[in-house]
Amino acid sequence: MTNMRCYHCGDDCNRTRVLFDEKEFCCNGCKTVYEIFTSNGLSSFYDIEARAGSTPNEIQHKYDFLDNQDIVEKLVEFNEEGVQVVNLSIPNIHCSSCIWVLENLNRMHSSISTSQVDFPKKTIRVTYKLQDFSLKALVLLLSSIGYEPYISLEEYTKKNTKIDRSLIYKLGVAGFAFGNVMLFSFPEYFEVEEFWLNQYKPVFRWLMFAFSLPVVFYAARDYFISAFKGLRSKVLNIDVPIALGILTLFLRSTIDIIFDLGSGFFDSLTGLIFFLLLGKFFQQKTYSFLSFERDYKSYFPIAVTRLNVNGKEENIQIYKIKTGDRLLIRSMEIIPVDSILIKGNAEIDYSFVTGESNAVFKASEEKLFAGGRQLSGVLEIEVVRSVSQSYLTQLWGNSVFSKDKITAFQTLTDSIGKRFTIAVLGIATLATVFWLFYRPSMALNVFTAVLIIACPCAIALAAPFTLGNMLRIFGKHKFYLKNTNIIERLSKIDTTIFDKTGTITSTVKEAILYEGISLTEAEISLLKTTLRASNHPLSRSLYDILKSNDIVTLDEFQEHTGRGVEGKLNKHTIKAGSASYVGESVKQTASTTAVYVSSDEDYKGRFVFKNKYRDGVEDLFVALGKTMNIGILSGDNDGERKHLQKILPAKTNLLFNQKPTDKLEYIKYLQKDHSVLMVGDGLNDAGALAQSNVGISISEDINVFSPACDAILDASNLTKLPAFLKLSRKSVQIIKLSFLLSLCYNVIGLYFAVTGQLEPVVAAILMPLSSISIVIFTTLCTNFSGRRLK
Amino acid sequence: MSVIYVLLAISITVALVFFAAFVLSVKRGQYDDAYTPSVRMLFEDEILSDLNKGGTENKEIKQNKDQTNTYGNTTI
Repeated sequence: MTNMRCYHCGDDCNRTRVLFDEKEFCCNGCKTVYEIFTSNGLSSFYDIEARAGSTPNEIQHKYDFLDNQDIVEKLVEFNEEGVQVVNLSIPNIHCSSCIWVLENLNRMHSSISTSQVDFPKKTIRVTYKLQDFSLKALVLLLSSIGYEPYISLEEYTKKNTKIDRSLIYKLGVAGFAFGNVMLFSFPEYFEVEEFWLNQYKPVFRWLMFAFSLPVVFYAARDYFISAFKGLRSKVLNIDVPIALGILTLFLRSTIDIIFDLGSGFFDSLTGLIFFLLLGKFFQQKTYSFLSFERDYKSYFPIAVTRLNVNGKEENIQIYKIKTGDRLLIRSMEIIPVDSILIKGNAEIDYSFVTGESNAVFKASEEKLFAGGRQLSGVLEIEVVRSVSQSYLTQLWGNSVFSKDKITAFQTLTDSIGKRFTIAVLGIATLATVFWLFYRPSMALNVFTAVLIIACPCAIALAAPFTLGNMLRIFGKHKFYLKNTNIIERLSKIDTTIFDKTGTITSTVKEAILYEGISLTEAEISLLKTTLRASNHPLSRSLYDILKSNDIVTLDEFQEHTGRGVEGKLNKHTIKAGSASYVGESVKQTASTTAVYVSSDEDYKGRFVFKNKYRDGVEDLFVALGKTMNIGILSGDNDGERKHLQKILPAKTNLLFNQKPTDKLEYIKYLQKDHSVLMVGDGLNDAGALAQSNVGISISEDINVFSPACDAILDASNLTKLPAFLKLSRKSVQIIKLSFLLSLCYNVIGLYFAVTGQLEPVVAAILMPLSSISIVIFTTLCTNFSGRRLK
Repeated sequence: MSVIYVLLAISITVALVFFAAFVLSVKRGQYDDAYTPSVRMLFEDEILSDLNKGGTENKEIKQNKDQTNTYGNTTI
């Protein structure tokens, strides 16, 4: 029976095996999905991709808020005459089977007319009739087949932002003009003296002029704007020589054709701009299914259940929560506001907001902070502060969140740009002065020629292509960067700070130790059976590790929410739960999570849950420790200090009990003389991630949630971090080499320019040649160094 | 030889038509998702025949892949 794979989702079927239609399923959920698919004629799902499905989650009241028409109104895109269109984000979309089944939704319910998947964005757009159907029904249908939509406060407040496609338009204009100008200038390349050709020369020249107008004034606009901004703030960025080159090219060419001096450089001009824009386009790789800007809004639910004066339940959106309101928090829901517990046993998991690894128990009248997740049972709470004023959300008021890291960082290209501009202007002046004495008629010609040929097209292309390609290589290894600028920043890092909970430990508690009198075979079997019925996360993990095969039928089972479970069989009782529940008066040590067990009212022992460190963390520290300083910045207590000291290099700084703002301040303090990389995962790291030079968010499921950061790294690839850092340093080296290469081209070009023999055809050959060879060089180099990652 | 003006006008008009078509297609979002349509066109229209058989058939389905193929990681 080992290694039976679920027919639907491909998971191991060891826990509960369901046989249906001669196929194995890991749970009833998967079986149900299979039933739905086959009964709707959608069984080809399994032909397209084997084991394509995802295990459906259990949902009950989670989407009750979709009964509230105000909320629905904000979520749907179109709502008229009984037809609604909605765009839902579905993180579970992962293969072609998903596309197929989601686009055949109309077969499952007659009210759905069309559905269309956007795979890169992982969204689905559904059009449906409101006749006996609703958004809630749609969401429940999607959830029941394993494609639960992700609806968060972020979506709710999102304004309809227009997608910026201007770069594609500009690229289109430049490419279009480039091709046509090339054709028009072709006859002149060969300088044939032919009667008809000479007669029509002006027509072709003026046509070229006409085509270059939109290129210079529309497609190249960004370079002029950027150069102007740079000059105004007294910075010579790389766009200054580019803008100068474009302007000179255009003016000189126009004067050339007006006074019939030559054919002008319109071909080089349009080609240059086309290549530059191509570089920009290549650099603009975005991971549209990821969000790097998330704050607490996407973590919080849209709506909560409020108890009104009459004690009735109603769904309201969380911005409408007022101080004094009574809210109902169900099991596994997030507490959205600071509040006071009124009724119920609170067992709250704060690991994501504070970094504390253990669930916290609270009794009535105690204060609860926003952001915690209630683990079991229903709570009634009274609101103390509204959403935006809660303890956690106040962090986002800090000024780091409005700071732009990109403008603060001077890129390699810009620092080269400064020296380059000075050098070019120097050479141009010297050459002009020389020609003024030697042959004054040539002076202006030489001056413009130098500016034209020195236009740093190849230099400007080196960084976008190297970094853009590196970004793609990183992406293949599940390291997703927000933009290419981050690679350059990564190469300068000399200090790495890690968060503990959820970053270097896995979020699932796996290491379980038993302390106490050993249990008999019968007791273990009874305990396992008892735990089986419980849905508490601790029961589930304990169930999975207990080795007992016979599942017995219980005489009696009771679950005391927030305290423990009890099972009875043949007059034997077993209890598992908190220390006070099993009647053991051990003082609860703060640094451990434990399940206490008693058999027939005798205390037996406890199972201690420990956060497991991710595989390879030791090697990671060793590898990183060689080249940089490491630190640990944890919101948790120092229960793990000894263990961490063992696996970390000796001089490492370990800080515990850090509040979100403490973390931010510590990073700021380090930045005085270090370039800091922060690796974190939770909302409590958000400030530190924003303050650091580069903030990487570790995520076990990249689709779910990660705080605002510069990069998202899949937890399984955490150990590759040193390799990523090394590669980014290598990328900078590659860019430097490309600079050298393009300088060689510039020297050749300058020779023609200074000696006054720059013909349009030379420029037309030299410019594309240098650009293309730089592109090939950087692509080959990055691919070669990227191969080592595997 | 002044026919060249006519020819130029025609060729440029044709080129502009294509350019306008390009701009229009970008504007309508045809380049926003370059992946899904490539998968969509490969799906067979066999849904009806499946339904007629009532989904009771026990077709041998190849399950020889060891892991689910995650396109998401490699192509986007």
